[in-house]
Formats: sequence, structure tokens, C-alpha cells
Amino acid sequence: MTGPLLAIEDLNVRLPRGSDRSHAVEGLSLTLEKGEILCIVGESGSGKSMTALAAMGLLPRNLPKPTGRVVFEGTDLLGLDERRRSDITGRRIAMIFQEPTAALNPVYRVGEQVAETFRLHTDLSAAEIRDRVVDLFREVRLPNPEQIVHSYPHQLSGGQCQRVMIATALALDPAVLIADEPTTALDVTTQAQILRLMLELRQRHGAGIVFITHDFGVVAEIADRVAVMQQGRLVEIGTREEVLHAPKADYTRRLLAAVPTLDPRISRTDLGKPVLLARKIVKTFSGNGLFGRGRSVKAVDAVDVTIRQGETIGLVGESGSGKSTLAQCVIRLVEPDNGEVIISGGAFTGLRGSALRDARRRVQIVFQDPYTALDPRQKIGAAIAEGPRVHGVSAGEAMQRAFDLLDAVGLDRASADRFPHEFSGGQRQRICIARALAVEPDLLIADESVSALDVSIQAQILDLLADMQRRLGFGMLFITHDLRVASRICDRIAVMRAGRIVEEGEPATLFDNPQDPYTRELLAAVPGRDWQTAPPGQTKARAES
Amino acid sequence: MTRFWLVKIVRTLLTLWFVLTFAFIVLRTSGDPVVALLGADARPDEVAQFRSQWGLDRPLYEQYARYIAQMATGQFGISYRDGRQVIDIIAERVPWTLLLGLVAYLIAALVGIPAGILAALKRGSTLDRLIMTFAVFGFALPNFFLGILMILLFSLTLQWLPSSGTGTIWHFLMPAITLGTFTAGTLARFTRSAMLEVLDRLYMRAAAAKGVPHWKRILLHALPNAAIPIVTIIGLNLGQLIAGAIVVETVFAWPGVGRLLVTAVSSRDLAVVQALVLVIAATMVVANLLVDLLYGLLDPRIRVAR
Repeated sequence: MTGPLLAIEDLNVRLPRGSDRSHAVEGLSLTLEKGEILCIVGESGSGKSMTALAAMGLLPRNLPKPTGRVVFEGTDLLGLDERRRSDITGRRIAMIFQEPTAALNPVYRVGEQVAETFRLHTDLSAAEIRDRVVDLFREVRLPNPEQIVHSYPHQLSGGQCQRVMIATALALDPAVLIADEPTTALDVTTQAQILRLMLELRQRHGAGIVFITHDFGVVAEIADRVAVMQQGRLVEIGTREEVLHAPKADYTRRLLAAVPTLDPRISRTDLGKPVLLARKIVKTFSGNGLFGRGRSVKAVDAVDVTIRQGETIGLVGESGSGKSTLAQCVIRLVEPDNGEVIISGGAFTGLRGSALRDARRRVQIVFQDPYTALDPRQKIGAAIAEGPRVHGVSAGEAMQRAFDLLDAVGLDRASADRFPHEFSGGQRQRICIARALAVEPDLLIADESVSALDVSIQAQILDLLADMQRRLGFGMLFITHDLRVASRICDRIAVMRAGRIVEEGEPATLFDNPQDPYTRELLAAVPGRDWQTAPPGQTKARAES
Repeated sequence: MTRFWLVKIVRTLLTLWFVLTFAFIVLRTSGDPVVALLGADARPDEVAQFRSQWGLDRPLYEQYARYIAQMATGQFGISYRDGRQVIDIIAERVPWTLLLGLVAYLIAALVGIPAGILAALKRGSTLDRLIMTFAVFGFALPNFFLGILMILLFSLTLQWLPSSGTGTIWHFLMPAITLGTFTAGTLARFTRSAMLEVLDRLYMRAAAAKGVPHWKRILLHALPNAAIPIVTIIGLNLGQLIAGAIVVETVFAWPGVGRLLVTAVSSRDLAVVQALVLVIAATMVVANLLVDLLYGLLDPRIRVAR
């Protein structure tokens, strides 16, 4: 067969009336060759996922039918009715999604869910299907395939669920695999494993892969060609070398500049008195009492943390490492079983009633998801002024403080009279920061506060936090799973695993000379770390070598 | 697992004990059953004899202890009114109520659940609005009103259906529809919102990507996930099967437990009322237990957590 494996020609996806723009995807044309990995990169709202959904015929029902052509093996998929298209896409084009745990049906065993694909599209007997499913599970490196086929999705980890999804996708040896941010919800070490797996599978099955991502690190690891999208349009397309090292478009250059690197910042020395002294913090979660089997997990295991005025400590670790629990113990959203927390010289553990409420002013927290962290029915000004009001500041003064903070976080004063839904994610995170700083805390806890944001916004928020810290001098506990982000803002980094801090030090020392094997593993898993330091022409997919 | 069921059973027994005690207190404080039965102008010696015959002259705590002991051992006693065994009186009424209730539920489920699914699939359309309007009608319309309306129309005006009593299959129709309308409306609403919640889930999209046909996706992937709230509502309503039948059985002169309760209460037939309260409480409790059991069958996350 001549011509590309999959060709998208002048694809347009209109948005319903009243949206912020007319098209989700506009005039998009690109091709995918056999055995090629094409990365589509863009920030949220760039239309990258919509492109994939339109090609698969999976667009939400409230959107009008897309126009243009999606030509696969000589057939225009957009011209087919649902039944014929889903027959082709179900057999020949597979798709995997960002949230592997949500993409599996919770009421069926994972083995059955893979078997369903065979039942729908082949005449294999039940026994043959069972063997094929076990083989597939073995191929995607799931542990104990014979047993794991009988598990339900909730009994597997995120990485294992994604392997099940990949097994489903590979079941019928598809010609095209569309992967929509398949590693975004996973830990870095798991991400590295999944990326390696995708490269192996490309080699073995020769499928063309469309890999959608927002992360240039991932692009550097696996892409053959890269398409950059912005606001529904294709900004540029080229080989990995071209796009990463000699980008043509300004937008691509801006995106690349915003990608956090593993360049450790210089740790500061002119720091003040300790604002946080946490000693031997212990928190154990046990199975839910009456019905549980008495299983217990030591989420935080005798951890010490000290943060001085104006200092930022990064707490880095993968999901389940206990970093968020530690933060919640510090702020006493969760009561620690043992240990002592001293904030600005005053005991914090043991406080009750009004003494605790007063002390809470000194510690504030900014959460991960700015979309759910603000009361949708409370105006921004009131949200920021509420903290000071609770702590006895007069209404006029509190509002004045809200205005000043809006200025400081780069929003205009008129915002005070608007509701959260009128703001973008980045703006909302600015509001959350203003709200936290309104009570003039000594310690600010940022719990994955930039993880949900696009890289360019992420960079802005990190700059904002550093700037506010310079002005106000608070100490900051910065929790993240991303070493690149931590390296950009932290004076010291503590690596957490299984409730313990396995290693702590200044970023430069930690990156150049990691002592703990787990730190080394984390560093090795950072996607694209070679690309940013390697001279052009020498980028090589690490996962391949 | 055993512990889970042990706790359930203890809780069930506690619930029944509370209900029995409450019924005892209410019945003893709401008027003298002797006066209600024998009339206000009965002779004093008749009254005294009646009291001692039924143990009503004993101290309250003794009456209470005997009552709980009898209930616990299944001796429901003898009706004050006609001296028959209470258990026989109830036993001949229960099948009628069950039959009516089950037919009503069948109608409700067959109408309500598909209507809810359809409304969810066609969200925002005229069909959706039409179905939801009927659903609101269904549970907003009081039973007695709907019942009387139907009798007026189908029995008196059109003379198509018998207005009351039993005998033929036609006698079932109006009471069952009246009883089922409320449940159908509730089910339609809950099914719709449960389905809407599920239809946008990522696994539905993943199923479509696999090439699972539309109706298979709805029935095999969406419905089992939407089933939990639906089963909850069915369970809650099932518990009210007897309680809900009181009005309908009275309107249509249906010889079920509901109507028995009304006559027993108005004649202060203590033994019958007490036994009926226990039966009603028991249906509620059993319905709840069944729902719990079904949760486990429907959702592996709950099953494993136990």
C-alpha cells in the first residue's frame, strides 16, 4: 500500500455556540506512517485530544459532526456510519487514555474487559481467548498474569491499569495506536517503564503510534516526529531534532523555554529563624476499625523537617510516599500519632479550640486543583478577605488587603467582584495563593500546587511564589512529584519514600551525587533529561538504548 | 465477612425492638382499648372482666415484658374483637398485599427504568422533558387522589373496570397502577440521573473505542454501574410495600394487610396492631438487608471491602 497509514486532512471540530472560541480543531492536516511515533504536543485547550476523539468517532454528543477527512487504509472514517466506523476502529485503531483507572469498567474483572475485544471482533473460543489474554498480560509485563486476569480494576495500581489498557489496545494487533496522555497520571518511574514498553511494542508490532502529550520531556524520549498545536491549529510539524533543537514557530520556542529543567538553583544562605520545626512525626493509617482486617500502613514514619524564614524545602516522592500526609500533619488537617510541630517558636501540636484557630493563621496551604479549591458561589474578593476577617481584621482593611494581594499576584482589582468560574486554571491558582497569603502566614505549604497547570503557566506560578516569598519572607514547604519543578524553586530537597525521608540535601549536590538508590532511580526516570543538556543532533531516545 | 453480617443482624434486632417498644407506648397512651371495644356505656363488671381476661389490669412493665416475650417467640395472641388467632388473620391477608405489591413493582420497574434510561440518552430533548414531566406527576400525585380519579373515569364513567374488590385479573389493574405510579416516577428520575453520571465516564468512551455496539454499551457497561442508586430506591420503596398499600387498599377495598391495619387501629385491636407493626417493620428491615446484599453483588469494590 502506498501513502501514509493514517491521514488527517483539513479536520475541523466546531464548538457549541457560547464557547470561548468557534473551533476546538481548525484546518488540521497531518499524517502518520507505519511504525512511526508521532507526538502531538500542546497545552490544555490546544485541541490535541479532540483531534484523537474526532478521528475515533468518540466526540462528545453535544458537539456537531466534524468536517474534513480522516483517511485510514484508503477509507474516510468520517464518511462512515457509526456501526461501520466502530467496526474498523475497534479492530484496527486502538486508543488508550490518560486516566487508566477510570478507563476500566469497575464492575468487571480486567481479564473479561480484554476478552470482550476478542469476543466482539473474532470467532475464538472462550478457552482460546483466555490464553490470548494471559499472553497479552505477559507481554505488557503484568505480574502473575494467570492471577491478575481475575482482579478488579480497583485492586490494581495506576501503572498496572495502564498496562491492562495497553493489553486491550494490542489485542487485535492494531495498525494504529492512539495514546492520549497515557503517562500523565502516573509516577515518573512508572512513566519511564510505560514509555519503554511503548517503544518495544512499536518495534514488535510495527504499529503507528499517535502519542498525545503536554510534556516535552516525554517527546524527547519517544517521538520520531512532533506536531505542535495551539488553540486548535497546527503550529508546526517536523522531526524530533527539528522541533526540539531548531523550532520554527515562536510559540514552540516559548513552550520549550518554559519546560522545567533539572538545573538546580543556588541555595540561599541569608535565611532567618526557623518557622517550622517538625520532630519525629508519625502517622499510621489502619484498616477501617470494625470491618477492616487490622491492616495498618505507616504513612509517615518518624520524619523531621526544619524550614527557616524565606527558605523553600521541596518534598519529593511518588504517590503513596507520605508527602501529602506529612504536610497535613504539619497543618493538623490530620492529627499525627506522635511527634511535635513547632511553628514560629510556638508549639502547634497539642493546641485546642481558639488557641488552635489563632495559630492556624501562621500556616496556610495551596492545593493542587485550583478548580475545586475555591467556593464557586463566593466572589474572589470575599474569598481572599475571609481569612483576615476571621482573624479579627476589620472589613475595610481586609478588603484593602485583598486588593493589594490581587495586584501582587498579577490580577486586576476588578477581579474582586467576580466569581471563580470566570477565571482560567492559572488565574485561579493565583487567587488561591493570594487567599493563603492574606492572613500573612509564616509558613506556606504548596501541595502539588503547579501539577495541574500547563508548563508556561507552571513557570509563571513558580516565579510568583518565589517573588512573593522574597517580599514577605515566609518559609515554604513545596510538595511535588516532579524533580524538575523542585529543582527550580527549592533551597533544599527531601526525597520521601514509604513514609521516610531517604535523602535530603541542596539540589546541586543531590542531583550530582545522589546517595540513595531511590533518588538515583527517580533522577534516571525524569523524562527527557538528556535532551536539554545534549547539543543538537545528539538527542537519542534513552528508552531505546 | 462474618463480622459484617453479625453487626447487621444485631442492628436488625435492635431496630425491631425499638419499633415494638414504640408501638407499645403509643398504643397504651392513645386511649383505652376496653372503652373502644366495649363502648363508653359498658357495665363496670364487664370492663373489669375484660381487663383481667386480656391482662390489661397488670402493671405496665409486666404487660411490656409479656408482650416482648410473646413477640420474640412468635405468639401474636388472639384478636380482642373476634377471638381468632392473630397469626391466622394476618396470614390470610398477606398474600393479597404481596401480590398487589409485586404487580405494582413490576409495572413500576418496567416503565420507570427504561423511561429513565431513555431520558438520560436523550438528555435535553423534548422526549426527556416529556418523561420527566410524567415522572414528577407520578410521585407528586397522592395515591388516594389518583385512585379515586381512576375509579371515576374507568368504573363510573366508562364502566370498563371494576371499582373495588377482587376476583378477576381486571380487579388488579387499577390498584396496581395506582400503587406503582409513585414508584415508577421515582425510579425514572433516579435512573436518569444515575445513567447521566455514568454515561460520561471514561470507561464508556473506552468501550466505544473497543467497538462495543451502542446498546451493548448502555446495557452491559453503563447500567451495571448505574444500578447502585436504582437498587437503593427500589429497596426503600419495597420496604414501604405494606405501609404504602394502606391508602390504596382502602380506596379499592382490597382485602390486604393495609386495610386490616386501618380497621384494627380504629377498633383498638391491640394484638393485631402490634403484630402488624412488627410485620411492617420486618419488611422494611428485610428490604434493607436485601439491598445491602445486592450492593455487594453489584459492586466488587464493596464486596472486597467486606
